Amino acid sequence: MKEMINLKIDDINVSVEAGTTILEAAKKANVRIPTLCYHPDLCIAGNCRICMVEVEGSLTLTAACAMPVSENMVIHTNSLKVRTARKHNIELLLSEHNSECTKCYKNGNCELQDLAAEYKITNETFIDLVPFHNYTIDHYSPAIIKDDSKCIRCQRCVRTCEELQSVSALGVAYKGEHMKISTFMEKSMFDVVCTNCGQCVNRCPVGALVEKNYIDQVWDAIYDPSKHVVLQTAPAVRIALGEDLGYDPGEIVTGKMVAAIKKLGIDSVLDTDFTADLTIMEEGTELLTRLKKALVDKDSSVALPMMTSCSPGWIKFIEHQFPQLLPNLSTCKSPQQMFGALAKTYYAQKRNIDPADIVSVSVMPCTAKKFEADRPEMRSSGYKDVDYVLTTRELAVMIKQAGIDFESLKEEKYDSIMGQSTGAAVIFGATGGVMEAALRTAYELVTGREVPFDGLNITPVRGMEGVKEASVKIEGTLPEWKFLEGAILNTAIAHGLVNAKKVMELVDSGKANYHFIEIMACPGGCLGGGGQPIPTNMEIRMKRNKAIYQEDAGMPIRKSHENPEIALIYKEFLEKPLGHTSHKLLHTTYIDRTK
Amino acid sequence: MSSQNLKKTDMIFGLCHTTDVEHLLPGGVCKTNEEKFVVLEEVIKKDPQDIIDDIIESGLKGRGGAGFPTGLKWKFASLSPEKEKYVICNADEGEPGTFKDRDILLKVPAKVFAGMTMCGYCINAKKGYLYLRGEYKFMLPELRKVLDSFHEVIKKIGYDFHIDILLGSGAYVCGEETALMESMEGHRGEARNKPPYPTVEGFRNKPTVINNVETFVNVTMIQKFGVAEFKKLGTQDSRGSKVFSVSGDTPKPGVYELELGMKLSDFVDEYGDGDTKAVQVGGASGFCVPRKKFNETIIGFEGIPTGGSMMLFNSSRSMYNVLTNYLEFFAEESCGQCTPCRVGCQQLIRGIRAVKCGQKSPDYLDALLKLTASMKLTAKCGLGQSVANSFSSIVSNFTEEMIY
Repeated sequence: MKEMINLKIDDINVSVEAGTTILEAAKKANVRIPTLCYHPDLCIAGNCRICMVEVEGSLTLTAACAMPVSENMVIHTNSLKVRTARKHNIELLLSEHNSECTKCYKNGNCELQDLAAEYKITNETFIDLVPFHNYTIDHYSPAIIKDDSKCIRCQRCVRTCEELQSVSALGVAYKGEHMKISTFMEKSMFDVVCTNCGQCVNRCPVGALVEKNYIDQVWDAIYDPSKHVVLQTAPAVRIALGEDLGYDPGEIVTGKMVAAIKKLGIDSVLDTDFTADLTIMEEGTELLTRLKKALVDKDSSVALPMMTSCSPGWIKFIEHQFPQLLPNLSTCKSPQQMFGALAKTYYAQKRNIDPADIVSVSVMPCTAKKFEADRPEMRSSGYKDVDYVLTTRELAVMIKQAGIDFESLKEEKYDSIMGQSTGAAVIFGATGGVMEAALRTAYELVTGREVPFDGLNITPVRGMEGVKEASVKIEGTLPEWKFLEGAILNTAIAHGLVNAKKVMELVDSGKANYHFIEIMACPGGCLGGGGQPIPTNMEIRMKRNKAIYQEDAGMPIRKSHENPEIALIYKEFLEKPLGHTSHKLLHTTYIDRTK
Repeated sequence: MSSQNLKKTDMIFGLCHTTDVEHLLPGGVCKTNEEKFVVLEEVIKKDPQDIIDDIIESGLKGRGGAGFPTGLKWKFASLSPEKEKYVICNADEGEPGTFKDRDILLKVPAKVFAGMTMCGYCINAKKGYLYLRGEYKFMLPELRKVLDSFHEVIKKIGYDFHIDILLGSGAYVCGEETALMESMEGHRGEARNKPPYPTVEGFRNKPTVINNVETFVNVTMIQKFGVAEFKKLGTQDSRGSKVFSVSGDTPKPGVYELELGMKLSDFVDEYGDGDTKAVQVGGASGFCVPRKKFNETIIGFEGIPTGGSMMLFNSSRSMYNVLTNYLEFFAEESCGQCTPCRVGCQQLIRGIRAVKCGQKSPDYLDALLKLTASMKLTAKCGLGQSVANSFSSIVSNFTEEMIY
């Protein structure tokens, strides 16, 4: 047990473990200290100087986030000195911040705005500094807009990009009054190593980094009577959307979400889960094929371990940082893009609609999906496969705009076809989920029996550990998979690109003996995606994670290959996994972006 | 006009006014005044604890400006059981109006290296770094030459300590000890959160002693002459002598070594041009003393401490221009990470301009003075905290010049 430290915060006696910061200790004493640059996922910066408190005996005020407690400390969080200094610092931030709140995308969800409201900053004490700077707005990226005039230099984005994602697309440039958050050579976010993961967007306290929204375009499509709007929702949206609509984190709102989207006027509400199941069929077969080539045909050109390709942030990351490992990527498109390609082919045929009249919209927990939908490869239906990508947050905005009372909605079911889901597909939204879904199907395909885990719950691949490893011994194979008898399938799962990098370095150095690797760009997987409700942090990710597995456990079908719509599409349209049509519509290629 | 009360001393530059290191050897002879100077070899025979106690007893305080007791700093670092420790000499002399470290490094670099080695011996560090201001690159060839022979010397006396020289890149904030370490590690020069202090987690997160150039020379001289001799100089709170960089409206600008604890009036008598209106003590981050307070101002830790910069202004100078110049410097040289310093400096400079040209009423100066108080309380490092010094002392002593 750690040594306990006793201290006094605003006359409340507190006892906390040594090493606790004043901020954490105050939380324990139910004393709220306002913060701005602090984020529980990130290292301590201590640069906004909002959380200043008075420590008796100290000549200056102290940043509560950065100061560890010490024995008999006496702290005042609301003294005259503290209030004056804190207010000054808020006023200073407002003076360099483009305070056109009513014209801001983050209006109503801005931490600086909240502070200004709390401290009732009504008159302008200091000179507006914005006109003295030559600020630019970078909106070249299809996913992220960066507006320097709103930046308060808290460096949450910089820390996110470096610590969580090891991308470092954003960094600090210049000094003094010219100091700004910038990119390599001040290029557009579109032209640098940015993966569009949106983790910075999720952590930006103000409107300096926001997703490029497509709300108006989607409304236009809805109102256009000549258009048939199909909308797919990703697995992780249903367990997080509620947070933006008044629910606590971890509430499953699938049925109400479907009902709300129907109310918006969408013609067909479908489920990305369907193509998640399809991904398992294609990717699982691809893995087994690669293993067969390697083990039976002794083909040394087969790239193993195979890696998942569902996460577009991860795809752009590997294209920039490990292009030599691109052959290891599964050629499967992400479920979103498989869905898009099928919506304008299979779905159009079945419903007898001209694909030119279909507007394909997706709701994703992700900002990188916006970039992915724009990739030139993603037009295999002959049209842009996915026209508009909305984040979970944008969908919540649309539901609010439509005046829908979300809580009182009656739950509804997804439309058909391409609306059927399984538990295996739902867990795509959590780290380890793709692996678990793949194992559930592949093991059964090879042995004819269910995976040897209690209740199909492959617990070793679940949880929030950065890198997870699991091995499955394959026994009692069916005759056509005899070559896998007794083989041990080694898998690894990483989430957050900083962890992905660790695994890739291992693979690149030849030290890894994995066969299959699942990588998700965002911490926690899609449930912690850049397009999810703000705030997102470890506590909230854990709750969403729990909800996802709860949703899985409650599904009547929990294995991808048992999805009846999957059987149907192979029978009617695709023939077989990795078949000719699959190859054309469901698989893709990658680009070495170091060139 | 020469002041009888001003005591010039010769502690820092005296004895061995040379770059020759031979005098550090047993029987070594200083070429200029033929006096034996064998201090280093004697020191490494002593108990490190005794040396630290000596320095604590001497009352030596850091010569960079902040004035932290040197002996205590060494003691804290010596207490750590960590095997890897560092000694850093801060030669990033960037304070406007300061150029005494340049003189010290040009004239008596061996004394600096000796002080660093003693520190290494005391805290059990094997590695020292001299962080040299980028603009002092011209010294590099000569310093390297001296350093090479210095390494020969310590090898001969059988001691293991190695010093490297690193060049800064021109940022003022890198003179702040933790920003300096960030810079040494190849990062942006930005101050760290304290604690942990450098003596616990400094360079490469290892215990580190970082001292000013002049501080290390003082250590060498304390070992040479003994504590008693050192304590004869200065006052109760400000022991020893200090090297001053004198500039501005003075007939004799230059580097002078004077006893600490002098009256500012005595200083002005000696170095002023007869028309001195104000003295900026401690550079842009120091305090401005107007003529009427010369008599009551003591230069030392009991009065106004200084890293060495003494800038004299005569009645032809506009203090508004002086302040604008300082603020422009700060607005440019703030690292930009913390709010009060980055935005505060911009507000101060635009604020006094607005008052001067009548866009804001003179009352606005009060709002700005209150702001500087908050900057002093909340800025992350010494840079932002000390902007208030020059601002409040100039604005409150020369208010008319700010308005009209």
